[in-house]
Amino acid sequence: MKILVLISNVPDTTTKIRFTGDNTAFDAAGVQWIINPWDELALTRAMELKEAGGVEKITVANVGEKITEATLRKALAVGADDAIRIDAPAKDAFFVASQLSKIAGDYDLILAGIEASDYNGNAVGGMLAELLDYNSVSAVSGINMDGDKFVINREIDGGSQVLSVTGPLVAIVQKGIAKEPRIPAMRGIMMARKKPLNVVEAVDAHEKTSFVNFELPPPKAACKMVDEENAKELITLLHEEAKVL
Amino acid sequence: MNFELTEEQLMIKEAARDYAQRELIQDVLERDEKGIFPTKHIKNLADLGFMGMMVDPEYGGSGMDTISYVLALEELSKIDASTAVIISINNSLVCYGLNRFGTEEQKRKYLVPLASGQIIGAFLLSEPEAGSDASQQHTTAVDMGDHYIINGTKNWISNANSASTYLVIAQTNPEKKHKGINAFIVEKDSPGITLGPHEDKMGMRSSDTHSVMFSDVKVPKENRIGEDGFGFKFAMMILEAGRIGIASQALGIAQGAMERSVAYAKERKAFGKTLAKHQAIAFKIADMAVKIENARNLCLKAAWLKDNHMPITVASAMAKQYAADIAMEVTTEAVQIHGGYGYVKEYHVERLMREAKLTQIYEGTSEVQKIVVSRDLLKD
Repeated sequence: MKILVLISNVPDTTTKIRFTGDNTAFDAAGVQWIINPWDELALTRAMELKEAGGVEKITVANVGEKITEATLRKALAVGADDAIRIDAPAKDAFFVASQLSKIAGDYDLILAGIEASDYNGNAVGGMLAELLDYNSVSAVSGINMDGDKFVINREIDGGSQVLSVTGPLVAIVQKGIAKEPRIPAMRGIMMARKKPLNVVEAVDAHEKTSFVNFELPPPKAACKMVDEENAKELITLLHEEAKVL
Repeated sequence: MNFELTEEQLMIKEAARDYAQRELIQDVLERDEKGIFPTKHIKNLADLGFMGMMVDPEYGGSGMDTISYVLALEELSKIDASTAVIISINNSLVCYGLNRFGTEEQKRKYLVPLASGQIIGAFLLSEPEAGSDASQQHTTAVDMGDHYIINGTKNWISNANSASTYLVIAQTNPEKKHKGINAFIVEKDSPGITLGPHEDKMGMRSSDTHSVMFSDVKVPKENRIGEDGFGFKFAMMILEAGRIGIASQALGIAQGAMERSVAYAKERKAFGKTLAKHQAIAFKIADMAVKIENARNLCLKAAWLKDNHMPITVASAMAKQYAADIAMEVTTEAVQIHGGYGYVKEYHVERLMREAKLTQIYEGTSEVQKIVVSRDLLKD
């Protein structure tokens, strides 16, 4: 069985967000890039499945320009066997899914993080499944192999669900899929240099959306301190200002 | 000149940072308080390759350069300098010494398990009456033909209890003074070795420090490192490289204290504005940043020289003296910025200040480093 893990290159979660071009584009100047945290968990689960046996190869893939290669190398250092970078800026979800559909057809299981932590799109996995005509399950919090089927755990409102799904499959994974991301060992870091990172030309595809405007959330209000003897004032503030009572 | 780090170096820095900020931080206060050795962390860090970073993979190491080692030690020390020193001693004293001067048999038998972190090592040079002046060795190693018999006491030995393999410096031919000194690989469970009590230290409390007594300890001849009389030179050459490790540790302590100070200054308000908006505090932080950047450059320069097989005596002494001294200054100011909160354990900076103090003392005091630097400048 071959697993493909989709990797988004996203700003470090502590990045101070700024916009350029009259609030129509994210300002990437000076940004530290990381593997999308959900994708990192997906890769960890793929590694666990490989260690349990029955997985021949794990490939990681990304649609992006050369700058995203450091992120793919990290995925190789963590343990992926090879990487594919489709050489194009990730314009929108349909564009990315269209590009990925050209390289994803050989894989039995495709793992996609439920969303990327930058634009929170939550769309590529489902679109890719549609383009490939694969089964897809969203909000997957557990996945195991059972012969030629996949046993999937999902969190649903008020409980959990277990599904048995035939492959090939796109599993859109969320928190719980793996305990925590793996830190690459130095041996893995050294080996990453020798593993294949194939750059593939983009195919002709058109984005279906464009950014009109971004707005930052309103700044957090200052913290108000209330003396411990003024419980009444606290209740008034919670009622009238915070409106939580 | 290129100040850019490679992709691998950045990944190692990130790996060290992730481990420190995710794992070491969890129990660092408790281990400091109770003096608990970080057994679990050392095992995990060994699995990640941190115990023999610069040793060839053929001998169980990770095959990294010294620049990566500086980056890793800085990140680990920002959170937990005790764990960093355990790693530093294993890497830059024990593994480095065996890798550079050990025989093939010694490397197979001892370096492979040390570099892969299956066991850890300790370096036994200091004595009750031989600290900064390491040539005054009272521990004796008498040549008995096919083996040596070691007697004496070693002091302030980091990793003394947790280590399985010791590198011991001892005097074989006192009439030859420092040229009569030898270095030996000694297994800790050899008959005749006893440990003094765990030293109750001011800082670095999670690293285990003991004195070690040798009473008629038999060491096979094949465990001597190098030719007869090579021991003092061996110790000096090892310490020269080891200073880069302690300098990086001091750098990390200072950087950790500054990061905590920056975060605190942005949050804490006084006189109607954050501390960051008070110039008195902002300038303290600027001073910290300049000192830390200087220390980092000295560490990386020494590491670069070592990686390029150039002389490091002066560069490593400068890095160690400067980084240790500014770590003390920066951590003291960090406590000051934190005010009363800085003086309680929960805020970490008082621990960093206690840890910084030791970097000015061990592996050559700041004064010894100045001797090294000035001797080079003033020699005829």
